[in-house]
Amino acid sequence: MGGALTVYRWELRKLLSQKRTYIGLLFATAVPIIFVTTVAARNHGPEDVPFGRYVLQSGLAVPLVLLTFGAYWLFPLITALVAGDIVASEDHNGTLKTILTRSLDRAPIFAGKALAACTYAFVALLAMAVVALVGGGIMAGFHSLVSLSGTTVHPGRALVLIGGSFLVYFVPMLGIAAIGLLFSTLARNSAAAVVGTLMLSFVLQLVAILPGLGGIKPYLLTNQFFAWHGFLRVPTDWAPIGHALWVCAIWFVASLVVGAIVFVRRDVAGG
Amino acid sequence: MPAPVEARGLVKRYGEIVAVDHVDLTVETGNVYGYLGPNGAGKTTSLRMLLGLIRPDEGAVRLFGRDPLVDGARALDGVAGFVEEPRFYPYLSARKNLELLAAYDAGGARDRIDSVLETVELTERAGDKVKGYSHGMRQRLGIAGALLRDPRLLLLDEPTTGLDPAGIRDMRDLVRRLAEQGMTIVLSSHILAEVEALCDRVAILRRGRVVFEGALAELRDAAGGFYALRTTDQARALRVCQAHAGLSGVRPDDGAVRFSGPEDAVASLSIALGEASVGILALVPHVATLEELFFDVTESERAAEPEPARAVGAAS
Ligand SMILES: Nc1ncnc2c1ncn2[C@@H]1O[C@H](COP(=O)(O)OP(=O)(O)O)[C@@H](O)[C@H]1O
Ligand SMILES: [Mg+2]
Repeated sequence: MGGALTVYRWELRKLLSQKRTYIGLLFATAVPIIFVTTVAARNHGPEDVPFGRYVLQSGLAVPLVLLTFGAYWLFPLITALVAGDIVASEDHNGTLKTILTRSLDRAPIFAGKALAACTYAFVALLAMAVVALVGGGIMAGFHSLVSLSGTTVHPGRALVLIGGSFLVYFVPMLGIAAIGLLFSTLARNSAAAVVGTLMLSFVLQLVAILPGLGGIKPYLLTNQFFAWHGFLRVPTDWAPIGHALWVCAIWFVASLVVGAIVFVRRDVAGG
Repeated sequence: MPAPVEARGLVKRYGEIVAVDHVDLTVETGNVYGYLGPNGAGKTTSLRMLLGLIRPDEGAVRLFGRDPLVDGARALDGVAGFVEEPRFYPYLSARKNLELLAAYDAGGARDRIDSVLETVELTERAGDKVKGYSHGMRQRLGIAGALLRDPRLLLLDEPTTGLDPAGIRDMRDLVRRLAEQGMTIVLSSHILAEVEALCDRVAILRRGRVVFEGALAELRDAAGGFYALRTTDQARALRVCQAHAGLSGVRPDDGAVRFSGPEDAVASLSIALGEASVGILALVPHVATLEELFFDVTESERAAEPEPARAVGAAS
């Protein structure tokens, strides 16, 4: 455990010294800024997204619109950008042999990397939320929000629900991070792992809209990106949230376990 | 106290290629052990197995009695080294890289950073990103990273490859200094002279197999003993030599008969030749240089036949 935390701390330090870290954070913060400025300039919100109609009435609607928007590629991309790189970059730099000939076993090294990839996804999500809230607040103020059930929610309560929504939204992001890590371990190539993770997320979304495959839709990882809607219903609908938790847990654990086994057993013949 | 290195029956296959073919290796405390072989002989692959980086298909490794596949990183207690070019995070400074490695090591590795930088003469450049380092500087940083672990056993894979003459000299001086401090060192190389200058024991590897193992002195002895015989009747001389007790490696060679053996066997051979009515024109003892022996055991096609038993036999 101590070993994993040592690796975790150093993985974070390494992330802070790498360009791609900031590229992902730039995406996460630029999107809400672009969104808010576009809406403000056209004085018109998007119609066909939940909460889209209300962005000019309350800035609190902005982060929620972006959650829906970000589910398609933005957050899978940002998550994959680091998770897909975190093992493969060691292959690329040839540094696996360097760190695997010290006093730490492979398992804590993998665990530290997994923790760092998840932390990064969380920081990116948080950055997006903060910028979206601030931008939305500046544009429209923090007024009451209309829930998905049509009821009015006061700003304080809405903020709590938004917080809960982001936490629930983070759960499938953990699943994406675990898949990115698995692909990173298997592909040994950063670009392939990032693109592969993104492609899988697209394929899952495609499967969800294919006719005749409706039965598996509730078990797709990408579908859990909408579980937070349960928070914005009155009364709170816990069913999709509980469902998302266990579905994501399966994706997360399965990817992580396979990734860990491959990482622990693999030959380090390059570098 | 178990030996620093004990490898038994190591095999590693890559598809059709048998990169390492039943290698046994024992390195005793205090040895400076040369692991010699031409490119592609399997030196790096062997060292990767010693360090637990790759799994042997057969056989087992023990470092101070511990198996890297069973004991994991614990097997590397007191062991350090690198294979091929040492690699670091290019976007971190040398010092940051060493700090990371020290954090991954147990014990007081962090307190040794300054002194190991001093040892490899990188103190002044330690703040620079490794991205801008030359090959020679990386090689030195690799040594620094290994010394951080304060190892009792140091595994170095062709550490002078790609260095300029001054760099080679410095690296050899450093290895010699470390050896004098009592460190057990395994040094792989494709250059005999390097091993000759630094090592007391050698294993010579050819196509994944150990074709000679022993003290450097034994290698020299093995290299010393062959004779070239020219006579009035080479065909009959060959038959006499083949039938004569105590001779080995008898074969025609460039108009002569070539064999090796102890002096008394050679003396009795001259009498046997006389009795067989074969006149001796020349019986020339030939002292092969280490270079010739090295070439012989590693590259000559004849060495693939049972013949190199000469070298291995002399060692055992
Ligand atoms: N990862 C690998 N995949 C396929 N073949 C390999 C691999 N590593 C080494 N080999 C092959 O194994 C043989 C031994 O290689 P190596 O151990 O690097 O030799 P050396 O270090 O003595 O030059 C060579 O034929 C090489 O091509
Ligand atoms: Mg090599």
